[in-house]
Amino acid sequence: MQLFLEPLYYEFFRHGLIAAVLVGALCGLVGVHVVLRGMSYVGHGLSHAAFGGAVVGFVLNFNFYIGAGVMGLFAALMINQLTKNRKIKSDAAIGIVTTAIFALGVAIISQQRNLNKSLEAALFGNILGITDNDLMIIGLVTAATIIIIFFSYRPLLFATFDQEAAQVFGIRTGALQLLFSLLLTLSVIVAMNIVGVTMIAAALIMPAMTARMLTDRFSMMQLFSVAIGVMIGAGGMFLSYFFNVSSGATIVLFGAMIFCFAVLIRHIREKIALQANFHRHGNLIHSHPLDSKLHNHDHAENTKKIDTH
Amino acid sequence: MPPAIQLINVTTSYENNVVFTRLSLQIESGQFVGIVGPTGCGKTTLLKTILGAQTVFCGRVLLNGQPVEQVRNKKIGYIPQLESVDWSFPVTVEDVIMMGLYPGRRLLPWQSKAERARVEDLAAKLGIYNCLRQHIAHTSGGQRQRAFLARALINNPKLLVLDEPTSGVDIKTQHEVLHLLGDISNQGMTIILTTHDLNAVASHLPRVICFNNGIVAEGRPRDIFTNDILTKTYGSDIIIIKHGDYHLIANSTPLKFNHTM
Repeated sequence: MQLFLEPLYYEFFRHGLIAAVLVGALCGLVGVHVVLRGMSYVGHGLSHAAFGGAVVGFVLNFNFYIGAGVMGLFAALMINQLTKNRKIKSDAAIGIVTTAIFALGVAIISQQRNLNKSLEAALFGNILGITDNDLMIIGLVTAATIIIIFFSYRPLLFATFDQEAAQVFGIRTGALQLLFSLLLTLSVIVAMNIVGVTMIAAALIMPAMTARMLTDRFSMMQLFSVAIGVMIGAGGMFLSYFFNVSSGATIVLFGAMIFCFAVLIRHIREKIALQANFHRHGNLIHSHPLDSKLHNHDHAENTKKIDTH
Repeated sequence: MPPAIQLINVTTSYENNVVFTRLSLQIESGQFVGIVGPTGCGKTTLLKTILGAQTVFCGRVLLNGQPVEQVRNKKIGYIPQLESVDWSFPVTVEDVIMMGLYPGRRLLPWQSKAERARVEDLAAKLGIYNCLRQHIAHTSGGQRQRAFLARALINNPKLLVLDEPTSGVDIKTQHEVLHLLGDISNQGMTIILTTHDLNAVASHLPRVICFNNGIVAEGRPRDIFTNDILTKTYGSDIIIIKHGDYHLIANSTPLKFNHTM
């Protein structure tokens, strides 16, 4: 127990733990919609765009969050607009828009040649350098996202499942898409400091996909995904401390392990269900007296027919 | 009383291609109408135009005499093509039916007692009560159709629009769905559907529109299902076999093989 409590004596670890738990919950919540909308690649793309924005912000002497936020949102809106044209698929739009903005960031860095610490943190994640200010922003974004998704649960579910019908039924799918893009962009930006640009897609997708393996109900998937996100964040932090490995990488690797475990559980459950189904049907055929009579009768009939031939 | 649906000189397009020009159509309240035509002839675009989900270049679309874009509570039940549904989505039959109530004012995610009662009552009427808690993918084609029908009906719509409700289901389910729709129509609801199954239309629907980027013919199936009209609609030679009150529609050029088994 003492060993488990040891890292909590350090302030940097406590800050990192709170940030990882909050971001885990946030990614778990938003990730469900990302996965079910078939937008798994968007988190990866938006984080690249946000990084490009952060670099532009750095050059123009803006706050990291303002540069990343403005460019991330711009990218999300551009992707939305481009995918309205059916000839441009969403993966292509994400690839073009976000990589272009990322390239802009890389081009500026190559000119400036002095990569700021916060940009390095955004690229690879630096959970142990989380400040009180960062924690406050992460907390605000997480709270706002939870409240908004709670109160727009119904239209969000309908639009995610069947956008066309939702629109006909009177749900303002355009406004909802815009709202979701905003939440996703904010989530990506606050998660960048934890896991870094390079691993953000995994942080968004893994809790949701793990939850999907465990349940067939949307409401339960959301709850499980948040719980799994929190567990991955907290577990990853402790493992990172004990094994002295980069926190972002440990969180993602721990998440991947949990996902593999969930896939295994799903596989075993399906096998058991299949066996039970097989036995039930098998027993029904052999145990029903009428079935056996019919079976014998058919057999006798067939035998007669064969005899007459 | 104004018509349930009225299109006046409507022109619309899909991906820069004009689908139909100066189309006029009138469907009276309580009618049960089927739209038939070849793939890509604009049936779904016509439905979307009626639903107000399609940009119209010129002309007017009226629902009960009001321009469709001005109707706030459209009271329309809509069932999309079920082939486009993601069956792996984590929802139960109950969740799907509940979605029909989601445009309402309730903000809390969970269902109220009154909502639950409405869902259960409708599910019982449509014969899917026993599969309410089942994942949508674990139900039969007929049960899925009924689940989506329940979602469309739960808000007591005045107009029901269905995009190919008979595709991808067996002949028994097809028969059941069309009979169910017939019963709903008898209660006064206006129903409009698209389908590729001419035989099902001929035997179940009182009014048909033959469509191919415009209206080729409209009327009772027995009156308009003629060799001329269907050939003009489909651009392929179609023969009609009449047997008593029944019409059997078949392609006149069956595939021929040079070898025998």
